Amino acid sequence: MSAQFLQFLLAGLTIGAIYALVALGFSIIYNASQVINFAQGEFVMVGGMCTVWLGNAGWPLPAAIAAAVLLAALLGLALERFAVEPARGASVVTLIIITIGASILLRGLATLVWDKKIHALKPFSGEAPIQIGGATLLPQSLWVLGVTLVVVLLLSWFFGRTLLGKALLATSHNRLAAQLVGISVRRVLLVAFSLSAALGAVAGILIAPITFTAWDVGVMLGLKGFAAAILGGMGSGPGAVVGGLALGIIEAMGAGYLSSAYKDALAFVIILAVLFFMPNGLLGRRSVDRV
Amino acid sequence: MSLLRAEGLSKDFGGVRAIESLDFEIRAGTVFSIIGPNGAGKTTLLNLLTGIYRPSAGRLWFDGHALSARAPHEFAAAGIGRTFQNLQIFFNMSALENVMAGRHLHERCGLAAALLRAPRLARAERACRSRAAELLAFVGLEAHERSAADAMPYGALKRLEIARALAGEPRLLLLDEPAAGLNPSEIRDIDRLIQRIAGLGVTVVLVEHNMKLVMGVSQHVLVLNYGRKLAEGDTETVRNDPRVIEAYLGSGGD
Amino acid sequence: MASSRTAGLAALAAVVALLPLALVNNYHYEVAILVGLNAIVCVGLNLLIGYAGQISLGHAGFFGLGAYGSAILTARYGWPPLAALLAATLAVALLALAIGRPILRLRGHYLAMATLGMGVIISIVITTEDRYTGGPDGMSVPPLTLAGVALTGERPWYWVVGVLLVLAVWLARNLIDSPHGRALRALHGSEVAAEVGGIDSARHKVRVFVISAVYAAVAGSLAAHYAGFITPAKVTFFHSIELVTMVVFGGMASTFGAVVGAAVLTTLPQALTVFKEYEMVVFGGVMMLTMIFMPKGLVPTLAALAARLGKAP
Repeated sequence: MSAQFLQFLLAGLTIGAIYALVALGFSIIYNASQVINFAQGEFVMVGGMCTVWLGNAGWPLPAAIAAAVLLAALLGLALERFAVEPARGASVVTLIIITIGASILLRGLATLVWDKKIHALKPFSGEAPIQIGGATLLPQSLWVLGVTLVVVLLLSWFFGRTLLGKALLATSHNRLAAQLVGISVRRVLLVAFSLSAALGAVAGILIAPITFTAWDVGVMLGLKGFAAAILGGMGSGPGAVVGGLALGIIEAMGAGYLSSAYKDALAFVIILAVLFFMPNGLLGRRSVDRV
Repeated sequence: MSLLRAEGLSKDFGGVRAIESLDFEIRAGTVFSIIGPNGAGKTTLLNLLTGIYRPSAGRLWFDGHALSARAPHEFAAAGIGRTFQNLQIFFNMSALENVMAGRHLHERCGLAAALLRAPRLARAERACRSRAAELLAFVGLEAHERSAADAMPYGALKRLEIARALAGEPRLLLLDEPAAGLNPSEIRDIDRLIQRIAGLGVTVVLVEHNMKLVMGVSQHVLVLNYGRKLAEGDTETVRNDPRVIEAYLGSGGD
Repeated sequence: MASSRTAGLAALAAVVALLPLALVNNYHYEVAILVGLNAIVCVGLNLLIGYAGQISLGHAGFFGLGAYGSAILTARYGWPPLAALLAATLAVALLALAIGRPILRLRGHYLAMATLGMGVIISIVITTEDRYTGGPDGMSVPPLTLAGVALTGERPWYWVVGVLLVLAVWLARNLIDSPHGRALRALHGSEVAAEVGGIDSARHKVRVFVISAVYAAVAGSLAAHYAGFITPAKVTFFHSIELVTMVVFGGMASTFGAVVGAAVLTTLPQALTVFKEYEMVVFGGVMMLTMIFMPKGLVPTLAALAARLGKAP
């Protein structure tokens, strides 16, 4: 395996892990509420920006991280409670506009509360690059991959073993049936939104030391996370992870071997290709409409 | 004269065989009913006859020719119309507009003529409007000519769907449970309406659960069970067929 | 129905004719011209979103292709501006035709994302191919010439855009009041029932997609010539969202609603430059509040309110 290939692979896995986290957030919300949350990227932004701000204000890193994740979770709750819930039953177009409006609102608030400059977050454990087989790996990348792995494991425990997680799954499969067995759909939705927001924030915090953070990083990250979710199969947890990693690797390889200028376009070409040729993505469920 | 013929018609959904090797023939000018317990495949069959589903096997002949239509609008162009079990009314339009929309096949209108509002178009629109009003009167909805579809009662909407289907001037009209959810007086109206439609020369296929309606209005009955033909014949034959009685556990109308 | 149509059209023409009485300086004219150009795009987009019930989050792409098409052909190849406009519009129509078929097989969120992807790809290509397009910094555009006379200055442009807007609305209303329009509304109401009624829904969807793309491309060409300059900022996802918001805010399935929506949401940010920092917060808030409390849009909601008040004793 050439050193260059390994380099691209590692870079792709790193960013792919971030896409996977964002995609998981999309999938969780979509499963629970059939809403595509266009504000998902903004939670990523809030995670990074808030941590930077608190860090600069003197907070120790772990506290800053915890506070940032908590803030994002609260924003997720607020989004569900004040924007999505009142519009329950509205058309697809309406819901899309609402979450897009929320994303613009959050970006605007970010410029007011924080600023419009680009910020760097200090890497968690130093900057000394690690040599692996001729390729260099940043220590932060290990954090990204490691934390993502832990998060994915925690999520599968949550959905597979806890009552609340199973309630979330039940609601996504059949909302009416879930209500009939006593599941509070309201509570499930609130959990779904705050959980997704927290996931986004974690992604934003992990990647900030590598790619920096600013008020508008959420837009592209959100859209690419969405591309990853579609690639893996909208609504599928494992699909989100597979889609995220795949997208990250495709991007890195494309940028490295083909054209770095069109790197960003790859995600959207993938969106189109998946939607045209295999709309259920790699791992998604096929749905049958009854007439 | 045979209007529609099915030979070996089958439909699978994944592992489920919804329709199995159906052979039947519908004669022109008759009222042909399809009955069977829930899940027998009646609506699936209608979907096959209107192109909403593609058959997994078997062939269809319409008016003596093999039916080569692929998409539903091609089936409609061949002369097959239908109503739906779960209302598919255009709730974003008025009653009149619903019926006018049903006349689409008979409106020749080029894009340029539409954009530039050629005088020919204004005349065609007026003709379409008056024909739609006639059809509303035919089904007994003249009072609702100006009504918005989303303001109309359920029974009226069932008849509106029939008017809309008739607007396409079909040779074969498939009615999917037109009496579902109606009270006895409304059901009697549907009965009379079906007879009036048959009187126009339209061949009617009726999918229904209401046995009294079916037995009163049909010339021929096809009984489905688990996607297969259970029995077939005129109303007397089917009514007394022990297999049919067993499948239904007593075929009480109301 | 016909009388309300002519009344509406006459009212619009009257507004266009009389508005200059209220426009005090060049800046006001500039805003009015921007409103007119956005309104043209929105009238076309409303046919797709409001009447046919589809969605596009990528129409800024068509706008941009029209703009850059005209810009490149006139600035780099010396084409006469009208020929360039026609060529660019034709190219956009062909693109919309080619991509429309596969894209419009999708529904709901998937359709939204596919159109979004299309728009972003167009925007990235435009930004990256800087040899032709001038890249992120944009390029300058020669003025529009009609019969050899260059169209410059706010007032002449105001009248050109005003007349074209009235024409655009007239064409759209004609389409809606025809069998084509009924077919679109039918497939929005129930696609399966429309199909079963003989309406080739795929063909109609693609057709209205192409028409709305043409509207956007023409507006884009004009915008480029008017400003004398074009940058990729007009081709972004955000601009696509602005356009959809104008349509949805003004009123779906209401051509005049689309014009009103364009008018309000074009002038709002201009008024808000006073509060420049709060612009995004206000815009986002407006989008959310209108969709939550006025999902049918401004004009239909007001019309319904007026109808109810009219019925009150």
